[in-house]
Amino acid sequence: MAEIRIKDVAKQFGAFTALHSIDMTVRDQEFLVLLGASGCGKTTLLRIVAGLETASQGEVWIGERRVDRLPPRDRGISMVFQNYAVFPHLTAYENIAFGLRMAKLPQAEVERRVTRTAELMHIEQLLKRYSGQLSGGQRQRVAVARAIAMEPDVILMDEPLSNLDALLRLEMRAELKGVLAESKTTTIYVTHDQVEAMSLADRIAIMNAGRIVQADRPVEVYRNPAARFVGSFIGNPPMNFLAAERVDRGRWRVAGQVLPGPNATQDRIEFAIRPEDMAVGEGGIPANVRVVEPLGPHTLVTADVGGQLFRAVLDSDIAVAPGDTVSLVPQPERIRWFDPETSRALQ
Amino acid sequence: MTEAVADAAARGYVETRRAGRRVFYAIVVLLCVWVLLPIYLLLVNALSAPAEVTAFPQRFWPSFDLGSISFFVNFQGVLRALWNSVQVAALTMILSIGLGAPAGYALSRFDFRGKEAFRFLVVMTRAFPLPLLALPLAVMFIRVGLDDTIVGLALVHTTLALPFAVLITFSLFSGIPVELEEAAWTLGCTRVSAFRKVVLPLALPGIAASAVFAFVISWNEVFAAAVLTIENRTLTAFLLQSLNVSPLPLKFAGGAALVVPALLFIFAVRKYLFAMWGIANR
Repeated sequence: MAEIRIKDVAKQFGAFTALHSIDMTVRDQEFLVLLGASGCGKTTLLRIVAGLETASQGEVWIGERRVDRLPPRDRGISMVFQNYAVFPHLTAYENIAFGLRMAKLPQAEVERRVTRTAELMHIEQLLKRYSGQLSGGQRQRVAVARAIAMEPDVILMDEPLSNLDALLRLEMRAELKGVLAESKTTTIYVTHDQVEAMSLADRIAIMNAGRIVQADRPVEVYRNPAARFVGSFIGNPPMNFLAAERVDRGRWRVAGQVLPGPNATQDRIEFAIRPEDMAVGEGGIPANVRVVEPLGPHTLVTADVGGQLFRAVLDSDIAVAPGDTVSLVPQPERIRWFDPETSRALQ
Repeated sequence: MTEAVADAAARGYVETRRAGRRVFYAIVVLLCVWVLLPIYLLLVNALSAPAEVTAFPQRFWPSFDLGSISFFVNFQGVLRALWNSVQVAALTMILSIGLGAPAGYALSRFDFRGKEAFRFLVVMTRAFPLPLLALPLAVMFIRVGLDDTIVGLALVHTTLALPFAVLITFSLFSGIPVELEEAAWTLGCTRVSAFRKVVLPLALPGIAASAVFAFVISWNEVFAAAVLTIENRTLTAFLLQSLNVSPLPLKFAGGAALVVPALLFIFAVRKYLFAMWGIANR
């Protein structure tokens, strides 16, 4: 059992606040992805859990132990680093065995665990090599094997795939998911790649400017962004936003069309729709088509609605050309509304 | 027409480059002669028979007569001075690495107030002229009872070698990624055991080079050695003292005894000395 509880953790670097009071629980055996742009504090948070950084305030609990005053070696964690951190003076075998030897396990057990994790990561053939004789992908496999061989309660991963080329990243991503699910550890995984986050995570925590904006299942984060930032950060192309003006109770005017919406008291709120949640039809949002990009399975249309950039992913057999005006009808159940003041979602 | 102009311009450019290269090689040759000629003459004469030293013209190849060398080795006090030199240099080596390597590690790993000022001061100690220090130092050493001792001289040589030890080990430790240490911490190491098991094996060749350099600095140092020792002279001080009264073959043999080990050592560790000045390893 290793649930991670982060209570009111904050971090200042001089006058700069990297983390504002973070509260989060990662359930036992959960795969949590910390997602955010660079500089949002996700790596800092991970390093605080690892014990490589000390929090300015707050508590970190792993299982039933408070660990925020313990050194990394006493926390029951393993970590995989962005640049692999495979020890160059040791063979792959000795790298994987390093932590096991530090823990003074008997030789037979070291042997067993190294062999097993090497098999798991498909590096049995490479065990005698030094890091200089391995490719980037192979080094990362050694680094992951080294972390798993410790059989830790918690594995922490800091952008482990970002130094690999695109194809290798895809392959490793699928493998990591399988290996980590099998190892039954709790995982915190830091990345700035939203596709990686969506495909790996049980739950995604999206961070922005030192705060967790939303933490939820991938589909939930995609469908029901809790804040405007999440909608604009997740999804490629991102969510469309348009100004909405209050007509009367629960009815809003968006680009000339009156749509049913939340019972908010504000005069102006924001209407939001994902590009794929629209179809061409009668009585929709009038859009001036600027660019048409046929992508095969569908066509990406970039248009202009009242001076605002507006994208729609349409069926690929629809005939539109730059200069046309199309009427885009949003699926009513997929429309989301945001408060422009707080930028939080409105119900 | 325009082609001809372009052609002439191109030819002019090629000629300028060729001239530039000639100047470059001339300077290279000049510098080599400047450095190598005295060493060459030193070696030829040290390895020639005593009678040949004053001969004219000089021999191009030494006669490999060991007369000068054996005369030097058997000269009263030489072996003792040599042994003193080795002791002082070894002690200097131990002290400057023992103090310099931790300082280099701290500079490369920790941010502390005044770090830049500290680095600057480390270099500045080399700008302080030793002759200015010599007299007060001698007085102080006499008071403390460190005068004319191996330890006292090694202390002075350590102050000379320490800046280099700090700078070399600083660049050495900076070249070892922090993540390697952090990975070791997460795998069950303490700060000390991570240093011992990960950083030290990677830094050891460089530390050895830095130690050799400290040894050579002490080995070659003559001023402090001449001022601070009387009975326990090192080889440099001993030769300086007996230079006027000793025959020419002895001077050559003594010079060679000082230069050759220093040259060999420096040649062996040159790549780390380049690293100190930020020139990429080649």
